[in-house]
Amino acid sequence: MSWSGNVLRVNLTKGTCTSEPLNMEWAREYIGQRGLATRYFVEEVDPKVDPLAPENHLIFATGPLTGTMASTGGRYSVITKGPLTGAIACSNSGGFLGAELRSAGWDMVILEGKSAKPVYLNIENDKAELLAADEIWGKSVWETDEILHKKHQDPQLRIAACGRAAETGCLYAAIVNDLHRAAGRSGVGAVMASKNLKALAVRGTKGVGNIKDPARFMQTTAEQKKVLADHAVTGEGLPTFGTQVLMNVINESGALPTRNMRESQFDGAHNISAEQMAEPRKSDGKPNLTRNAACFACTIACGRISTIDKGHFTVENKPQYWGNSGGLEYEAAWALGADTGVDDLDALTYANFICNEDGFDPITFGATVAAAMELFEIGAITTEHTGGVELKFGAAAALTWAAEKVATGEGFGADLALGSKRLCEKYGHPELSMTVKGQEFPAYDPRGIQGMGLAYATSNRGACHLRGYTVASEILGIPEKTDPLETDGKAGLVKAFQDVTAAWDSTGLCLFTSFAWTLDNVAPQMDAACEGEWTSDRLLEAGERIWNLERDFNAKAGFTAADDTLPPRLLEERAKTGPAEGKVTGLAEMLPEYYQERGWTADGQITDETRSRLGLPA
Amino acid sequence: MEKSLHIDPGKCTGCLQCEMACSFENEGVFNPAKSRIKVFTFHQEGSFVPYTCTQCVEAWCMQACPVDAIVVNLATGAKDVLEDRCVGCKVCTIACPFGTVNYNQDTGKVIKCDLCGGDPACATACPTEAITFIDADSTGYDRMRAWAEKTGTVTQATA
Repeated sequence: MSWSGNVLRVNLTKGTCTSEPLNMEWAREYIGQRGLATRYFVEEVDPKVDPLAPENHLIFATGPLTGTMASTGGRYSVITKGPLTGAIACSNSGGFLGAELRSAGWDMVILEGKSAKPVYLNIENDKAELLAADEIWGKSVWETDEILHKKHQDPQLRIAACGRAAETGCLYAAIVNDLHRAAGRSGVGAVMASKNLKALAVRGTKGVGNIKDPARFMQTTAEQKKVLADHAVTGEGLPTFGTQVLMNVINESGALPTRNMRESQFDGAHNISAEQMAEPRKSDGKPNLTRNAACFACTIACGRISTIDKGHFTVENKPQYWGNSGGLEYEAAWALGADTGVDDLDALTYANFICNEDGFDPITFGATVAAAMELFEIGAITTEHTGGVELKFGAAAALTWAAEKVATGEGFGADLALGSKRLCEKYGHPELSMTVKGQEFPAYDPRGIQGMGLAYATSNRGACHLRGYTVASEILGIPEKTDPLETDGKAGLVKAFQDVTAAWDSTGLCLFTSFAWTLDNVAPQMDAACEGEWTSDRLLEAGERIWNLERDFNAKAGFTAADDTLPPRLLEERAKTGPAEGKVTGLAEMLPEYYQERGWTADGQITDETRSRLGLPA
Repeated sequence: MEKSLHIDPGKCTGCLQCEMACSFENEGVFNPAKSRIKVFTFHQEGSFVPYTCTQCVEAWCMQACPVDAIVVNLATGAKDVLEDRCVGCKVCTIACPFGTVNYNQDTGKVIKCDLCGGDPACATACPTEAITFIDADSTGYDRMRAWAEKTGTVTQATA
């Protein structure tokens, strides 16, 4: 084993919490976490379900290595049908909640139905109950965290909650755990709120003890930690600079999407970079970055802990924001910064704090503000809509105003809470939404990193960097260097990254270990911990199975090959500067080959042969 | 040479590898709730601080124990709990000024750090050297050296 073997099923309509054995047959095929929860999800939920209807399910899932000493073994994912996309949503988070769930004895929690009144789920080892959420409904994630810790008189309680953004219908609301780690994308928080579920409060004191071969597990995990420590990215770059190490690198590569992806280099990039975060501010002499921090069991520790200058306009009279909290990661810094043209580091940090405090995805939020700024520039949105605010590219005060509005859903915040696809449609310019399947792009311009164009177009949860991070190969040369401006060979590269990632996520480990590890480093850890024989090949095959299962769900939900595309801006408008100058994204050159590599038909459908090879359910 | 656990909170990232190593070594499970070392997070301050028994020479817990269940391990200098003698009265948990002796409901005995018999698992597991096991008489050596270097630089610059 190293699955706990227990699923907690919570029926919010009936108010019941029941334990059932984990389906081990599925666990052998789909590993855990992302893969296994998706297997449960497709079995139980109609693909055509309205994401915000009671019939949609919401699954919190850990992997077999979650809660163990394997480095980064602390991840969980939230699986549901996403309201932003209408596709399968799978949002992965770190922090400490996932390990606490395992320690309480649960592999996953499946939530179904809708409670008549606001509730939260309280788990103390085997005991799970739904409690009235009257005192936390209408509160932010941070307030909820404080109130529940006080109420239960247990400082070691781990809490995941949705914020006011979710309650007021933000379609990209997140679920935030441990104050500043988030299952961030696709609107999983909105699904939570739609069920009248405010929070999970978890305390586990049982631990994870069912390791198959404990001595071998301790030895192999120690060896693999050393591999991470000795690698330039995981041993030095990430702990020192965080993911923000990329800001200047990607800008120089000509792949930093800027001002709603009109440009692909940002003149203010350095001002919002990792290097700048470490520089003492002129105003108060302190750097934005206080220190790095780790999630559960992580020996990399890429997390950022930051402060905002007390005199900064965003927090001048708000002492509640003067302390430390989760600082900027690269994707957030890009979306809030380069994409909106804002290069005020403390303003971005404040917007990021608000995203955490009230639970919404900073990538989609920043990109939606960027789209709104372009709509404002062309006159489609005016100060009449915004209530007088000049929503201009580069305006820090407009950005932080927007964050405050989305947090509460008030005024123009309700429009911004729709995400850029619906916002741009509403204001008559759907072409200005930088999305795939309704979800906003992250921080890599596919004109400058061609493989990412294909990865975005084919991602099962809409545009995303965490479904096939070919940036590792195309920019960083991991595991081997490919030319970012070439489309040749990218179909195979994207498929390989997608399948490996699906397996990786499903173990409960963090994808960031893959800068130093391959599946050959993961397999011995899985094999020492888990029942059965786990090889790299078996993991890879499971990854391909998981990818196809997600694709199959989306097809049944109504997605077709026509949805495997990019906005016209990235296919037709040429990059203006940098190494990619003159380039568009060569999607048409890559997509047919990709379908072929996948064993799908020319119009992107899974063939019977592929279905039977992978053993997909009907 | 006696060695002691030395903690440098500035290096701690809050990953809890030490807590898991401790619980695995002593209880056979990865379970922070059963760890003899605890990492505290001070969110507003942005700091993480590992904390455990520092093995007082004239240990309050040892002196308070009515059944002599806490004894000096002559090999390590640790104050060990003799499980078969401990009656679970918890007086030691009251006597310890630092809170590092705690009761374990599952066994009805108290648990505290015993330096793992001379090779503390927490120090081995710590990825950042926030926890080290070093010569008890020179725990300040590295800090002195760092300041000495700084002092030397200043002296040379002003010379």
